[in-house]
Amino acid sequence: MLKTVLAGAAFSAVVLASALAWAADESMPLPRQEWSFDGVFGTYDRASLQRGFQVYKEVCSACHPVKHLYFRDLAEIGYSEDEVKAIAAGYQVTDGPNDQGQMYQRPGRPSDPIPGPFPNDQAARAANNGALPPDQSLIVKARPGGPDYVYAILTGYKEAPAGFKMLEGMNYNEYFPGHQIAMPPPLSDNAVTFADGTPATVPQMAHDVTTFLTWAAEPNLDDRHRTGLKVILFLVVAAGVFYAAKRKIWAPIH
Amino acid sequence: MADTRPGATSRIIRWIDYRLPFVQFLNHELNEYPTPRNLSYWWNYGSLSGITLIIMIVTGIILATQYTPSSDLAFDSVERIMRDVNYGWLVRYVHMNGASMFFAIVYIHLFRGLYYGSYKAPRELLWILGVIILLLLIATAFMGYVLPWGQMSYWAATVITNLFSAIPVIGPGIVTFLWGGFAVGDPTLHRFYALHYLLPFIIVAVVLLHLVALHRHGSNNPLGIDHKGPQDTIPFHPYYTIKDLFGLTVFLIIFAFLVFYAPNYLVEPDNYIPANPMQTPNHIVPEWYLLPYYAILRSITFPILFISSKLAGVILAFSSIFILFLLPWLDTSPVRSARFRPIYKWVFWLLVIDVIALGWVGANPPAGIVVTVGQIATFYYFFHMLILFPLLGKLERPLPLPSSISVAVLGGGARLGGAGAPMAKP
Repeated sequence: MLKTVLAGAAFSAVVLASALAWAADESMPLPRQEWSFDGVFGTYDRASLQRGFQVYKEVCSACHPVKHLYFRDLAEIGYSEDEVKAIAAGYQVTDGPNDQGQMYQRPGRPSDPIPGPFPNDQAARAANNGALPPDQSLIVKARPGGPDYVYAILTGYKEAPAGFKMLEGMNYNEYFPGHQIAMPPPLSDNAVTFADGTPATVPQMAHDVTTFLTWAAEPNLDDRHRTGLKVILFLVVAAGVFYAAKRKIWAPIH
Repeated sequence: MADTRPGATSRIIRWIDYRLPFVQFLNHELNEYPTPRNLSYWWNYGSLSGITLIIMIVTGIILATQYTPSSDLAFDSVERIMRDVNYGWLVRYVHMNGASMFFAIVYIHLFRGLYYGSYKAPRELLWILGVIILLLLIATAFMGYVLPWGQMSYWAATVITNLFSAIPVIGPGIVTFLWGGFAVGDPTLHRFYALHYLLPFIIVAVVLLHLVALHRHGSNNPLGIDHKGPQDTIPFHPYYTIKDLFGLTVFLIIFAFLVFYAPNYLVEPDNYIPANPMQTPNHIVPEWYLLPYYAILRSITFPILFISSKLAGVILAFSSIFILFLLPWLDTSPVRSARFRPIYKWVFWLLVIDVIALGWVGANPPAGIVVTVGQIATFYYFFHMLILFPLLGKLERPLPLPSSISVAVLGGGARLGGAGAPMAKP
């Protein structure tokens, strides 16, 4: 009888797996990276998150916004309340209108969204040769391959192969669909100086900033993984109890 | 435990029951309701889909309290639910993956009906109500998919509503009417939201009718023969309540795994990009549970007589479901269960393979071999329904049916006594 249940489960799996096919794309296969948040017990590496935030702040944020993040969210990656306040105060945000009907600038507060580099998409395009640097707060969930894709793009810049026609102002990237990306190589060795002494190599920075962006896209992952473990453990025990009860109830009529 | 038979209970319950026979009703439909004693785990999927419907309605109402159905705010309001609402991520992931689980269950339930001939007399209306539920489910799921207003939401809405433009003369007018404008936009989102909230309650109503029809003649069973007396049946409670409860728990384990460890596995990443009418995604694909219909839709690449290829595709895609309404009459075999139909037993699996092939076709860009496979699979689907079903019933020689469920299950009537009455509770 358990066999039938398993058969049912297997059948459901087959039905669900028919969804698999769509990921198929003709671009380069993404190299798999090891992430601290992978797997059932995966959690974000706090030190890596903070280094990643530093890379975002000092490098990426020149062009890319993180629209869905607030300064207060940074408390979750291990900053204290005062540190969050200090980080927020380092930004100028537009507020208002005041009693005179004027908009004004003031230092950021933890309750503010992290301001982006441009006031609107048109300004962003104007400053970037017509290309729009996409919002980064969901980028990991919005690309097939997720963190592996973001990491691959950050480390995938190469000389264009001989004979490859490049458009004006574009850069060759192995993993970008079509290989021509408007973003120039964003990372170079020692572009930032990590407070914890971690050497700021390109792969290290790419790894850290991808971890940060994964958190930005999925800030509840730690909680989700923890809760899931409890829920599934409970259900497995409950299934055992119900199966035993079922056997006992059915015993006289078999 | 208290005896729940009316009359044996408290004065209050007797007083109520005399005026509104509620306890009597529950007792009749659960405690006494005779159920074949040989139902396998394939019979779990009915109650499972009912429970999933309730899960979807409850999580949906919670989401509705935080969601904003406006084209400017919808995407951000979903992100707000994910980030700032307490356990919003959990409710949303349950709702989102619940749709996939719902379809997986309903499809298994449907194929179980196909294998064991559950649509045959006297259960034709039961089956037809089930197909109506499937249609409502597809409409509800499609409109729900549009609500987050991501790229795939927007473009799925555009592609699917545009299908109606294939109707000659009035088609374009219908599309404008559906959109509430000249493109998918704010009015479209508003009405989809209203309907997405409404349809589940209509589904509940049809499910109740489905249950009334079910309880008229009771469940079919793996042998496909009618029960002939109390020795063939057992009361629903406690035998099937506990069996369903165990099945439900196993189902919830799979569901929980998806929600907690792979919540975006079944989602197209493009739907985490806000809707952009100026930029069409590379591949527009529906959710996995609609892929077979999508494959049929696209496989007609040539006009049929005076019907354009687009219209023909639309007609066939809709027909692939509507044809199920006729199944009780297309299948001419007098024997219900495939167990006693030596040929159908194998032919059934061809249909399963065919539908999975259609799913694969629907997931891939329509070029080269994909188109050919899609056309063959589409042809086979209708061939199976329209030719094989009527023909098999005529040609196939069924195996002899057992004389009764109890004889087949218990091997000659051992331990029959008392099984038909509600079990004496310890």
